[in-house]
Amino acid sequence: MKKLAIVLLVALLAAALPVACLAEADKPFAGAEIKVYNWEDYIDREVLKIFEEETGCHVNYVTFSQNEDMYTKLSTGAESYDVVIPSEYMIERLIKEDLVEELNLDNIPNMANVVDNLLDPIYDPGNAHSIPYMWGTLGIVYNTEMVEDPVTSWNALLDEKYAGEIFMMDSMRDTVAIGLIMNGYSVNSDSEEELEAAREWLLAQKDSNVLGGYILDQAKDMMAGNEAAMAVMYSGDALYAIEKNDALAYVIPDEGSNIWVDGMCVPKSAKNKEAAECFINFMCRPDIAQMNMDYIYYSSPIKQVVEQLDEEELASIAMNPTDEMVARCEYYVDISTFDNAWLYDDVWMDVLM
Amino acid sequence: MKRSWYASPYALWMLLFAVVPLLFVCWYAFTTPQGAFTLSNFQEFTKPRYLGVILRSLKHALYCTVLCLILGYPTAYFLAGRGFNHTQSLVVLILLPMWMNLLLRTYAMMSLLDDNGVLNAALQAIGLGKVKVIGTEGAVVMGLVYNYLPFMVLPIYTVLKKMDYSVIEAAEDLGCNPFRVITRVVIPMSLPGIVSGITMVFMPAVTSFAISTLLSNGKIRLAGDLIDYIFNQSSNPTRWNIGSSFSLIMLVLILISIGFLRKVDPDSEGGGMW
Repeated sequence: MKKLAIVLLVALLAAALPVACLAEADKPFAGAEIKVYNWEDYIDREVLKIFEEETGCHVNYVTFSQNEDMYTKLSTGAESYDVVIPSEYMIERLIKEDLVEELNLDNIPNMANVVDNLLDPIYDPGNAHSIPYMWGTLGIVYNTEMVEDPVTSWNALLDEKYAGEIFMMDSMRDTVAIGLIMNGYSVNSDSEEELEAAREWLLAQKDSNVLGGYILDQAKDMMAGNEAAMAVMYSGDALYAIEKNDALAYVIPDEGSNIWVDGMCVPKSAKNKEAAECFINFMCRPDIAQMNMDYIYYSSPIKQVVEQLDEEELASIAMNPTDEMVARCEYYVDISTFDNAWLYDDVWMDVLM
Repeated sequence: MKRSWYASPYALWMLLFAVVPLLFVCWYAFTTPQGAFTLSNFQEFTKPRYLGVILRSLKHALYCTVLCLILGYPTAYFLAGRGFNHTQSLVVLILLPMWMNLLLRTYAMMSLLDDNGVLNAALQAIGLGKVKVIGTEGAVVMGLVYNYLPFMVLPIYTVLKKMDYSVIEAAEDLGCNPFRVITRVVIPMSLPGIVSGITMVFMPAVTSFAISTLLSNGKIRLAGDLIDYIFNQSSNPTRWNIGSSFSLIMLVLILISIGFLRKVDPDSEGGGMW
């Protein structure tokens, strides 16, 4: 009886094997590989596995921590990537410098899922080169148990009461932007005078004893662990920290701030453009976008996901800022072709070094 | 086959990964992005911030070296002592951290010294308040000392171990008190080890990077961090040229310090690594 069972089992397996093989070959990109270059902590890695299972295409996933790092890697051409996910001002620059491919939108039908106000953006008319992945704002996260008055202004970053407990971002555009905003200027200033004023504001903050440091990914964990009173952060990181620590709150200061979109592009160095577009399409699928949003806490631009937001999420400034708040915010534009582009770097080096 | 041929794989390695890159650095340092000869890359460093970074690097490296010497010399003296039987295991203990990557060690240090880290938890447990370590100059110096201390202990230990003990006995027989034995006999004889130790700690410390940024929460950046920034993040189109010229400046500073130390230890007795 036992023997018979084994024989049957073997026969069944043998019958199943060709079917399994067939299914493997049926997958559109069986045996292919794409290299995806994304921000650190910016995806639910589970979706990569789902993509691999569905398409048979292996994903080689690598990360960067700043747009500028990504640009260096891409522009030197030392390595090839199939999908990169930079912010809007960097996409603008990549398009200008002819470093990204024009997308074949026929391969990305799920683009129809993207909310209308993020389609056809100024930085990439007609979404010819990029499809939005996530969007968000820049603001201050503060600990309501340590900070007495509610924070409403960037001026809170100079409050001596919290000396050594205030953290800025280790990111040129975002930190120089605060210096510009505090002097009443646009975050995309091209004026020497205005950037000088930003430099002075930032250096004064650095030389006072309020500053805890310039950090990036540690900020959310420090805030969650009650190790800092205040930190400048992107909205999604803010939500991540708030989720872990009820005492935290996020604010988009009254003086205005930055709103950004990260988009998925295919660089010129891509080895498998079709698989890359398939991946971009996959990322716009509502169930996948939902998984990513639940994991990284940034706002998804996918309609079906937005419709599913619960009351708590709708009330969250970080997840769902009001129209009035969004109106206060400004997108970054690419500064690389500005007359005074070098000044951003110069100001930032003075602040850092 | 001549014996020197055995070294040819290494020679090739050095050629490809040390000599050729160095030539590239020199080329970039003296050219514009278009390839024309220029000295303007060096002019950039007349700006005050660069002098500030160099001075800050020298200062931190100096603190680190002095602390390493103060901590390392007695340790080496103790380990090389005759009456001690477990030398091997202790030397291994000193070497142990070096088997681990520098960044890992620094991250470990961060979680030890953190506001909610092991150190502060222990201080609170015994009723003392918290101390803020991460983000201060002290944290950076501690990080450097932690990383480079073995480079001070080992060369001094090697020299002391080789020292003829009868010399000390002779000094004692001739009426030296223990203090004078150390100052007049042991220290002068171990000078090559001290010189080697100082070189091996000071040079990597002055060019170190990442340790300072991580332990100071990005507030204190040293020359290595500056070079890293220029190459990897700067949006300046001449960043490779400026980065290369700054690397050359650091290289010259190091060569000068080696030359200076060679004068003190001409026979390279302290392990002869430099």
